[in-house]
Amino acid sequence: MTFVLITTVALLYGVGAYLIMARNLLHIVIGLGLIAHGANLLLLLAGGAPGSPPLVGAEAARIADPLPQAMALTAIVITFGITAFLLAMAYRSWILHGDDVVEDDIDDRRIARQAPSKDDS
Amino acid sequence: MMRRSLIFDVSIDTVFRMSLVFSIFMFFAGHNAPGGGFIGGLVAGAALVLRYLAGGSDGSQQVGARFAHVMLGTGLMIAVATGFGGWVWGTEFLENTGVGAELPLLGTVKATTSLLFDAGVYLVVVGLVMEALGSLGHEVER
Amino acid sequence: MNALVVLPVALPLGAAGLSYALNRYPRFQRVLGVATLTTVLGLAIALLVNVQANGVLVKAIGNWTGPIGITLAADLFSVIILVVSMVVLLAVLVYAIGSPRTSSEARFFYPTYLILTAGIALSLLTADLFNLFVAFEIMLSASYVLITLGGSRDQIRHGTTYVIINLLASMLFITAIGITYAAAGTVNMADLAVKLGDISPAIRDALGALFLLVFGIKAAIFPLFFWLPDSYPTAPAPVTAIFAGLLTKVGVYAIIRTQTLLFPSDGPSTLILVLAGLTMVVGVLGAIAQNDIKRILSFHIISQIGYMIMGLGLFTIAALAGAIFYIVHHILVKTALFLVGGLVEHTMGTSRLRRLGGMVHRAPFIAALFLIPALSLAGIPPLSGFLAKLTLVQAGLEINQFLIVGVSLAVSLLTLFSMIKVWSGVFWGTPDPAAPPGEDVGTGRLVFPRLMVLPTAALVLLTLVFVVAAEPLYRISEHAAITLLDPTLYIEAVLGR
Repeated sequence: MTFVLITTVALLYGVGAYLIMARNLLHIVIGLGLIAHGANLLLLLAGGAPGSPPLVGAEAARIADPLPQAMALTAIVITFGITAFLLAMAYRSWILHGDDVVEDDIDDRRIARQAPSKDDS
Repeated sequence: MMRRSLIFDVSIDTVFRMSLVFSIFMFFAGHNAPGGGFIGGLVAGAALVLRYLAGGSDGSQQVGARFAHVMLGTGLMIAVATGFGGWVWGTEFLENTGVGAELPLLGTVKATTSLLFDAGVYLVVVGLVMEALGSLGHEVER
Repeated sequence: MNALVVLPVALPLGAAGLSYALNRYPRFQRVLGVATLTTVLGLAIALLVNVQANGVLVKAIGNWTGPIGITLAADLFSVIILVVSMVVLLAVLVYAIGSPRTSSEARFFYPTYLILTAGIALSLLTADLFNLFVAFEIMLSASYVLITLGGSRDQIRHGTTYVIINLLASMLFITAIGITYAAAGTVNMADLAVKLGDISPAIRDALGALFLLVFGIKAAIFPLFFWLPDSYPTAPAPVTAIFAGLLTKVGVYAIIRTQTLLFPSDGPSTLILVLAGLTMVVGVLGAIAQNDIKRILSFHIISQIGYMIMGLGLFTIAALAGAIFYIVHHILVKTALFLVGGLVEHTMGTSRLRRLGGMVHRAPFIAALFLIPALSLAGIPPLSGFLAKLTLVQAGLEINQFLIVGVSLAVSLLTLFSMIKVWSGVFWGTPDPAAPPGEDVGTGRLVFPRLMVLPTAALVLLTLVFVVAAEPLYRISEHAAITLLDPTLYIEAVLGR
């Protein structure tokens, strides 16, 4: 059980890390979303063994650790909000530029312009 | 103006009312059972989104949209004020206190300060959904 | 009395709600913003006096005491930074009121600014790692809105990078918290300080490195600084000023807090010193290569972060006191410089060096407002930067860390060089014959909005007061450093023993 979950966490981080290296903002948003899922799953795993829901009236010895669940819930809400914001930015970028490409660093572009292009040599 | 589907329209109308009632139930169920201001607010927000999906950018669909910011701001103020309220009735910041009473027909009813806090959260969430529908939905469609 | 700890967070949050509810009334929003920040500044000063007299002040939210509940704790270090932050936030708010913007931007600016204030205050006061994460997110969410407010092409392009980098850092932060909780079973910082001692050193070191990485991105230390010079300059001047002055410093605060409380080293840390040296050098070299006031100043932020990290890396009382001293100096000076940069851009219509010039004749007062903090940044005696650098250099020499001291002195020279570049580009030379947008048509004089000049001048004046009051200020910083290096008082206060 735990092994499967740990593998899932690793997979989510890996796929997410691959996706955020893309140029396209939508890919990056999806990648960040996957990493966020991985992180939340990790938080849940940090709570230790599974148990019954931590509600008032449940048997104290058998309930799962509620703290990581509360933390995961908070983290989900926060990442959800910021992802929505990023999507709104992608939309705005599409309105202004017609694309949602994330650009290079200003200085990278400056240096690239100064370097002789491959065609010249 | 987008074409409206009659079936969708009519069924959403039913679901919308039910969702609102359910959101109020969720709101009161909170604290010791699943539910609370945040979840209640989300259910109400989902109902509003359904309504938007059915009605599109038809201006008449969003009655309270003009007051969304008032709702959001007031909710935030209520939540913070509940925290300060603790000092008025002699407890710590954000500490939960309340009174319980035996009412005819309803049984034991408890009113707690966390309910007040949750009311603030409920307003913030609903206000936020309405603002988002306004700026990301209606404005974009225009 | 302990209620004082909650108010700097709760007041701006409630005021933000009111400000947003009444966002059709900009005049009310302005008054409310200034009133709130003035009150919070007063509270912060009261808190400083109180903490100095009584030691660490602790408040358990909802009366759930640590380590289970969320605890807010104010020790001398956090309160010093809180006071300076509030001074700067207030000054920049007045500056923002004076600077022109469209009404739809203004509607969102004031509530968001108050949320930012609450986030910064909570980051400084919290004694709980997860709560620190939430505080960072409150602060950052507000900063995302502020950096893209207006939605121009450049803002969206560079704002996107800013949001992505910070969101990624936040994900790493959650990861670090998850691993911490799995390893130690708590996220209360005081409780962690006790319990981390028992877990295996390998996991401890890994966690220390992970937290350094997370806060390193937020603080823009080498090699994680690349996002800063691109995203900051595109925002409106007051927003850039507050970001430059404060946000990265909150990251530095978190680095110092976690590294001293949770992962203390026995002596100077080579890793942190190397990072500090490289941050200084790369930042200042980047600044030299730039031709735009705002970009030059942005690269200088990075270089200056190196000095603060250097204080942490040396890890003695004198060095940490120097670092705290340096942070205070830097917040004031850097914000003032960016405000002057904003004034120049507002009146001349550009911030590119090549198209500016001769302002020393046309606006000598503005030139003076630039010159004082600029020389201070480079460390010219007797200005505040000199004192701050002197304390760090002395601390370094005391424990024979000659290399980092040498690097820091060389970087000072380079800083002076690039400040002279700005000075000769903007204030000396011949003015552009074309009339700038801020020129009065009749008299031909440059017009600067009074509400923008006033807070700038006040901040510059404060940097001079800093020099006069250096002795007591340093005493307080030293006191704060002593509590940082001996955290038992903090731990006992937070855990309620």
